[in-house]
Amino acid sequence: MSAVVLRGFGWRHAGRRAWAVRDVDLRIDHGERVLLLGPSGAGKSTLLAALAGLLPGDSGEQAGTVEIDGRSPAAARDRVGIVFQDPQTQLVMARSGDDVAFGLENRGVPAAAIWPRVSDALDRVGFPYPITRSTAALSGGEAQRLALAGVLALRPGLLLLDEPTANLDPAGADLVREAIVRSRDDDTTLILVEHRVAEALPLVDRVVVLEAGGGIRADGTPEMVFAAYGDRLADEGVWVPGFRFPPLKSGSAAAGSVVRAEDITVAHRVRGVSMSVGEGEVLAVTGPNGAGKSTLALVLGGLLAPTGGEVSAFGDPKPPHKWRAATLTSRIGSVFQNPEHQFVTSRVADELAVGPRRLGRTGTEITGIVDALLDRLRLTKLAAANPYTLSGGEARRLSVATALATAPRLLVLDEPTFGQDRRTWIELVTLLATLRDEGHAVVAVTHDDDFVQTLADRTLPLTSARLHEPLPQRRRS
Amino acid sequence: MTTLLTQPVADPSALLARRNPVAKLAAALLFSLPLISTLDPLTPAIALAIELALLPLFGLRYAVLARRAWPLLLGGLGVLFTMVLFAADRGGTLLIGLGPFDITTGVLTAALGLILRLFAIALPGVIVFATTDPTDLADALVQNAKAPARFAIGALAAFRLLPLLGAEWQMLTLARRARGVDAGRNPVAALRLFAATAFALLVGALRRGGRLAVAMDARGFDSGIPRSYARRQTFTRSDTLLVVAALATAVLVLTTTIALGLFRPII
Repeated sequence: MSAVVLRGFGWRHAGRRAWAVRDVDLRIDHGERVLLLGPSGAGKSTLLAALAGLLPGDSGEQAGTVEIDGRSPAAARDRVGIVFQDPQTQLVMARSGDDVAFGLENRGVPAAAIWPRVSDALDRVGFPYPITRSTAALSGGEAQRLALAGVLALRPGLLLLDEPTANLDPAGADLVREAIVRSRDDDTTLILVEHRVAEALPLVDRVVVLEAGGGIRADGTPEMVFAAYGDRLADEGVWVPGFRFPPLKSGSAAAGSVVRAEDITVAHRVRGVSMSVGEGEVLAVTGPNGAGKSTLALVLGGLLAPTGGEVSAFGDPKPPHKWRAATLTSRIGSVFQNPEHQFVTSRVADELAVGPRRLGRTGTEITGIVDALLDRLRLTKLAAANPYTLSGGEARRLSVATALATAPRLLVLDEPTFGQDRRTWIELVTLLATLRDEGHAVVAVTHDDDFVQTLADRTLPLTSARLHEPLPQRRRS
Repeated sequence: MTTLLTQPVADPSALLARRNPVAKLAAALLFSLPLISTLDPLTPAIALAIELALLPLFGLRYAVLARRAWPLLLGGLGVLFTMVLFAADRGGTLLIGLGPFDITTGVLTAALGLILRLFAIALPGVIVFATTDPTDLADALVQNAKAPARFAIGALAAFRLLPLLGAEWQMLTLARRARGVDAGRNPVAALRLFAATAFALLVGALRRGGRLAVAMDARGFDSGIPRSYARRQTFTRSDTLLVVAALATAVLVLTTTIALGLFRPII
């Protein structure tokens, strides 16, 4: 039951030259449900942080005014609730019920009133466990449901959702959207930031598009906004509804075998997987969470020793996990799900030089490799930037580029398109198709159905290792 | 392994396990701190015997304690090893002649004294944390010991992120190998790689901590309103009794040592 009024609002983070967001004039009425869109860097998250009263005066410079029910965001904090992206860093307590109670304790709600409100909030989001359930045992989607319950228990008039499903696999994202729908009431004003527009549209009745340089580009019903601005939004990376991309399948059959796994097992995580990938093909590894997809990627990448079975690659008598790191990196390029895990220097250009230097390339050769990759992955302007300051899309492109720097013939990627905007998605898929056509073997672990449809030449579906009884011993002939 | 070290492993209904966490903590401190004042081996030996005898009252089984306290056992071995190598006083009967590393009864007695002290002083703390739920401890610190909630609940929230560090460390190590960075057999390179990985781990932990702090404040943690308590922790007469009994026992142990003329003040 809150109304939001922004007049000429702008915010510049301390120490930055550019405004994160500026010239925003916007009025949102009681009970409206708004999807906030815009190209990355348009300041959507900054705007939500401002509404949630999470931008302290000394952390930057403000222009214009923000009012929630006629009050400043700092004074209206008790009316506003916000759910962020990362489920791990929103939960505070060890037990689920205690976590929902945390916000109520902070507001000084009497103990007798806390527990009824906790169970009410858990019911509203459809939380399936008792209140003593350990928060460490929750899946990402369940944890986000709990985070939503923790916010709803405070009965906010204005609910802000900052990409609440971006860190989740499709099943987890469905859980959260279902919870948002379930818990929705007509009195709560909702502002949602979300890349995946098609999935978000059923939750909203109005779309507001921020302009990258400041101001608002479009504002209206979803039909109106997408009819007028859909193509331009798509070009800028927004996943507008009705997205189709032509398939990029391999024209020729795969040659030979670059890596072969026979009946490999990793205790508690992978059970009896056999596969082989040849030059010039893309193999997609799919399956639910807990099926051991990422573990399989580590084994194929020569980073983890299987507890059973055999892996052989590049005709080497030794399995990949026994190779020296320099040998490994010249043959297999691994791209992790979280790009930041892989950064080892403080400059983008240095990051690309690490691999070639380990292989003993000369200075001129290294400069050539680095410049070509910077250019190919649109990172030239960021050559001197710190890898940790990159946006999600830039960090992903850099992590792929680092894997390519040593020209490995096999690429193993874990969720390469995860959480990426449409523009980065197209770049990645096109790049991988080109690499495949140049004769690389590509293994990609993925939840992304569009990715599989567009690029995969073969699919290896894994089933959850935990759900099955031990497999009977296979008879060998 | 992390859960083994951080989660309570005791029967929560045991007589002493269900005492107020602050009372248990105070009792552990009041019992073990006086032991520091003397260097003789008898005082820690008596204290250790008392601690082990009380274990069933805390609902702890000896095997479970041994598993939980393995770093302590390792520390004991370390002390023994150090004493054999570096003890200045090698008096007493020679047991094994190793030249400068002669093992004598004097060396072993000194080592035994140190190991007993280590165990006697550390064990009460191990028992407290093995029998106490971290949430209960934070609640009791705030409600009964008037610790600031910002500190106690903040630490509790940070504690929840600890198990993530293990998985994070593994990913960072694997990612470095994937990038072609390894130390081979060069110990200096290994040390540098370790330092760089640890730094990356720290940076990641700080970023996560920052995000968690923002999420907590967004739910009113910094609102300045006096917090209410969803879970009540009470400090009863039995809790007072536990604290007093701990101190009295420590005094009694020290008195015994003094009466037997074995008291060797640390200063």
